[in-house]
Amino acid sequence: MPVTPLNQLGREAIAKKGWFTAHKFLLARRAVQLAILGLFMLGPIAGFAILKGNLSSSLFLETIPMTDPLLFLQMLAGGFFGIASSAIIGAALVFGFYLLIGGRVFCSWVCPVNIVSDTAHWLRRRLGIKGKTKISPNTRYWMLGLVLVLAFVTGTMTYELVNPVSMLHRGLIFGFGFGWAVILGVFLFDLFIAEHGWCGHLCPMGAFYNLVGKTALVRVHAPRRDLCDDCMECYEVCPEKQVLPAALKGAKDNKPPIILSSDCTNCGRCVDICGVNVFEFGLRFDAKMEACSKLDTGDYVKNQA
Amino acid sequence: MPSSTGHKKLNRRKFLADTAKTACGVGLFGLALGMYGKAASSLPATAIRPPGALAEDKFLAACTRCGLCVRDCPYQILKLAEFGNDNAATGTPFFTARTGPCEMCEDIPCVPACPTGALNHSLIDINKARMGLAVVIDQETCIAFQGLRCEICYNVCPLRKEALKLEYRPNKRSGHHALFIPVVSSDACTGCGLCEKACIMEEAAVKVLPVHLAKGELGKHYRLGWNQKGKQGKSLVTPDTEHRFNLPEGVEYDYYGKGLIDKRQTPLTQPGPQVEKTPFSSNPLDTLNKGFKEVK
Repeated sequence: MPVTPLNQLGREAIAKKGWFTAHKFLLARRAVQLAILGLFMLGPIAGFAILKGNLSSSLFLETIPMTDPLLFLQMLAGGFFGIASSAIIGAALVFGFYLLIGGRVFCSWVCPVNIVSDTAHWLRRRLGIKGKTKISPNTRYWMLGLVLVLAFVTGTMTYELVNPVSMLHRGLIFGFGFGWAVILGVFLFDLFIAEHGWCGHLCPMGAFYNLVGKTALVRVHAPRRDLCDDCMECYEVCPEKQVLPAALKGAKDNKPPIILSSDCTNCGRCVDICGVNVFEFGLRFDAKMEACSKLDTGDYVKNQA
Repeated sequence: MPSSTGHKKLNRRKFLADTAKTACGVGLFGLALGMYGKAASSLPATAIRPPGALAEDKFLAACTRCGLCVRDCPYQILKLAEFGNDNAATGTPFFTARTGPCEMCEDIPCVPACPTGALNHSLIDINKARMGLAVVIDQETCIAFQGLRCEICYNVCPLRKEALKLEYRPNKRSGHHALFIPVVSSDACTGCGLCEKACIMEEAAVKVLPVHLAKGELGKHYRLGWNQKGKQGKSLVTPDTEHRFNLPEGVEYDYYGKGLIDKRQTPLTQPGPQVEKTPFSSNPLDTLNKGFKEVK
């Protein structure tokens, strides 16, 4: 089967599974992203707060505190050690959650910039913008280092002055000022300069959650990778396409059919878009079992022995 | 193998070049951000932090910009600084005294709301808050200094008579009225800004400033003699010898109000015959008109 032309993207999945199933996880993600934003905005608009604050620190139902662990690290790097208990508990809760569910689940299911960069990518495809500036995806780790070094050197959370993630979220809830210009900058950067430029290459928060999710339990599997017809649609929609080959085409190298790279944001777009249902969500430990049962040739089992 | 070595070499070179490129790019971004941060973290004098806020540099390390204090302020005076609009560090909470001062809630709900302690949780008495310091900054236009009765700042002060007192001074213009001058005590002023809000002037004559701008500080080596004397119960240096006027024998000077005391038989200040001895008449008019009379 040939590579699907861009204007045919998703047609096969829609034809076979129906539009709704072919957009299941995309819709779920948008719903979660907007719901989280909505719960935060409920307080100022309706006067009834389910979630108070913003993604930097918040209070759920007036009891459960949450704090961004990267901000927590910046506090320590900035030399503030007298941190109150609710920030410590809050950072631990958030850290623990992403440790289990997948670090970059934050990026694709929670972060408001995801909608901006996904829109930029969608428009990029629609307008046929090809120009690509090559940036190493590892640049984000340098950025993460920079964020902590800046906090250490300046003694303040310097990166928070321009962090588009907190700026967008805080802006929507508390007022933007000219913060929209920074978000527009991210949008234009992703649209014209580099594909998945911000979220996939530069964002230090992404880098941080990437590290948090190294051992996360929830993973995308490719149990039916032998059905793959090389249409390349998953590569087109995946925001971190470097994670796909090992799981999808790793059979010949005896790699298990599971995306283990913590770059994967668990967005589920590959699950949606695949016309032959190669992918599904599962747990980390399921990998070997699935590999044994699905590979009828038994090569994988043999080579493992 | 030459080919594999060459391949390896190229990789290493490429790796180093790429690393240098990334490091330079990120480094430049960091430099720019650091510079911007330096400029952006200087708090404008009109932006006042919520009660209990740590010293500004510590505060900026501790505040996550979450806005929980903003949400828990019952009077909704707090605002998170907006990028480009407010000059305070992006996302940090502040209030502006002239438009919305701190109402000094007894339970200070904004403080425990802070998850990190950037608003110090040990502040439980709002009267101990030091958000800033009120200063009667324009003594030329403040109408109290014109001799008009106003005292609005005094009347709205939650710590009236402690933080803001009225001091009576003679009105030199009219000659027989008092000026009711507002005077702030830095020992008690919390910097809530209610006085600045209430000031009836077009532009407030009393303003809350950051303490470091409002207060002078005496050199650490400086000791005020009378304070030290009070502490020790005596002078710390050799006591001054008592000042003496060069007075005739038998005449003394009392420093505490009585003035000159003449203990001689015929005192210098004795009225009566002595007046006769001067060349001047007891009536000053005689002296003034003296010449005229002669010409006449």
